[in-house]
Amino acid sequence: MSEFEQMYREVILDHYKSPRNHGLLEPHDAIAEGENPLCGDEVTVSVRFGEGDVIEDVGFEGRGCAISQAATSMLTDLVKGRTAQEISVLPKEELLDEVGIPLSPVRLKCALLGLGVLKVALHRTKGTPLPEEWSASSGEITLS
Amino acid sequence: MDRVSATTSHVLDTHRLRADFPVFEELFDGKPVAYLDSASSSQKPRQVLDRMRAFYEHEYANVHRGVYRLAERATEGFEGARRTTAAFLNAPSEKEVVFTRSATEALNLVAYAWGLDNLGPGDVVVITELEHHASFVPWQYIAHRTGASFRHIPIDDRGELQLDALDGLAREGDVKVVASNLVSNTLGTINPVERLAEWAHGQGAIMVVDAAQAAPHRSVDVQALGADFVAITGHKLCGPTGIGALWGRKEILEAMSPFNLGGEMIRSVGLQKTTFNELPHKFEAGTPAFAEAVGLAAAMDYLGEIGLEAIERHEHALVEQAMGALEEIPWIRVFGPPADRRAGIVSFEVEGIHPHDVAQILDWEGVAVRAGHHCTQPLMTRLGVAATTRASFYLYSVPEDLERLVAGLYKVKASLG
Ligand SMILES: Cc1ncc(COP(=O)(O)O)c(C=O)c1O
Repeated sequence: MSEFEQMYREVILDHYKSPRNHGLLEPHDAIAEGENPLCGDEVTVSVRFGEGDVIEDVGFEGRGCAISQAATSMLTDLVKGRTAQEISVLPKEELLDEVGIPLSPVRLKCALLGLGVLKVALHRTKGTPLPEEWSASSGEITLS
Repeated sequence: MDRVSATTSHVLDTHRLRADFPVFEELFDGKPVAYLDSASSSQKPRQVLDRMRAFYEHEYANVHRGVYRLAERATEGFEGARRTTAAFLNAPSEKEVVFTRSATEALNLVAYAWGLDNLGPGDVVVITELEHHASFVPWQYIAHRTGASFRHIPIDDRGELQLDALDGLAREGDVKVVASNLVSNTLGTINPVERLAEWAHGQGAIMVVDAAQAAPHRSVDVQALGADFVAITGHKLCGPTGIGALWGRKEILEAMSPFNLGGEMIRSVGLQKTTFNELPHKFEAGTPAFAEAVGLAAAMDYLGEIGLEAIERHEHALVEQAMGALEEIPWIRVFGPPADRRAGIVSFEVEGIHPHDVAQILDWEGVAVRAGHHCTQPLMTRLGVAATTRASFYLYSVPEDLERLVAGLYKVKASLG
């Protein structure tokens, strides 16, 4: 297999070119957005809950590299029908196994963007724990 | 020091110059890297590496306070580097050259040490829409801290500053600072800094120039620019990392508060009172990166021997060729001004394909380009993109690098387009 075929596997390209659960849900119960400052990937994830905190439906929008968008698309399939609590502690390996390609540390951030954003959305509505890298707020400047 | 393998003739003998750079002996899949990321950081010639090694082996001890011979040699190396840097920038005095860790630190020094004392409500800080974050953010932050307003000079669709916006900015308050880069690291735009400096002085403002991206490629003459502060960085001009320099006008530097405190910047310390050292040491706290300063001076000597004019001409030919080739490809959009008004930098977009994917696939072809916002997010917003792919050239770049870039882009298009 060439390097291209290893990284841009058929299934990655498929999710990239025809993302699943694309488009934000209206109405939704939870929403969050985030970006990967390294390469400017952006993802917004919206969630609708069913019984209790079961994730009934997820929709996302975003723009960015193939890895970030395909991984978010795969994530949406992975989390439907599971509880907010369960997903808030979902090990990243479960998503990465699904993505199934060797990733350098930089590209890892692309692949995990959607999962981080989803966890933020769940945290906001259900108070589930936040991944460490999303909880630190080191201050910002807002100009009037 | 080895002889530089080129003369100051009009055309660079690039293939001979490349022999100065050990990195090109390294093969990736049988080929040397097509290194098109010099705007980020340049590769290093043996002349610089050898000089630093010799310094560490034969002239090394801490600078300034030592009385023994090794310390004297080290101090002479460091202060010699300051003279070389002053000459490189055509500074009136070497006392006006402050060594810093980077261009970023130099620009922060001005924003903090000058800005905190001199800005307040009613004052206006003017930057450009194509500033690097290293210049943009310190001024945004200090403006916010002091209550000054923070305004930008917009660019037009070609990425050139719209100077007719200046008078409007002047009506918003007392313009106290104008900060601009001389060459944009993302678009390669060569900005009219002399005119900005004239306007700034007409307003009673200081002119701060970020020359990080200009100094490696064209001669930077602080007097001709008419600036008050000029920042450069070593690692982009064939020098080591961890060293940069700030040139500032003596009267202003003397009137300024210090920035970092401790070490050689101090003259005497009492329980209640400390007095500061004279220029330039007043702004150099702690053990400076003096071995790196010696490396920087070796890099300046290296560039001087080749000739910055010849380097500029060489890059100009490459950028013209690159823009010609890229603009012919219908699914590529090139950003920024025409070739005759830019330095050796080309940012572009491959239709429908994220720059990160472009750079990844190019890497497998041995072509190194940068993908991202290049620390210019406000500019990305203006261009309406999240990121671009950027190819940049230097004295060791060859037309083959470009050919490999273009061939690689066709592969990108074939596999992801
Ligand atoms: C225009 C410009 N200004 C400032 C910097 C910052 O330089 P340094 O990283 O050496 O502080 C860079 C390089 O990244 C640059 O391109």
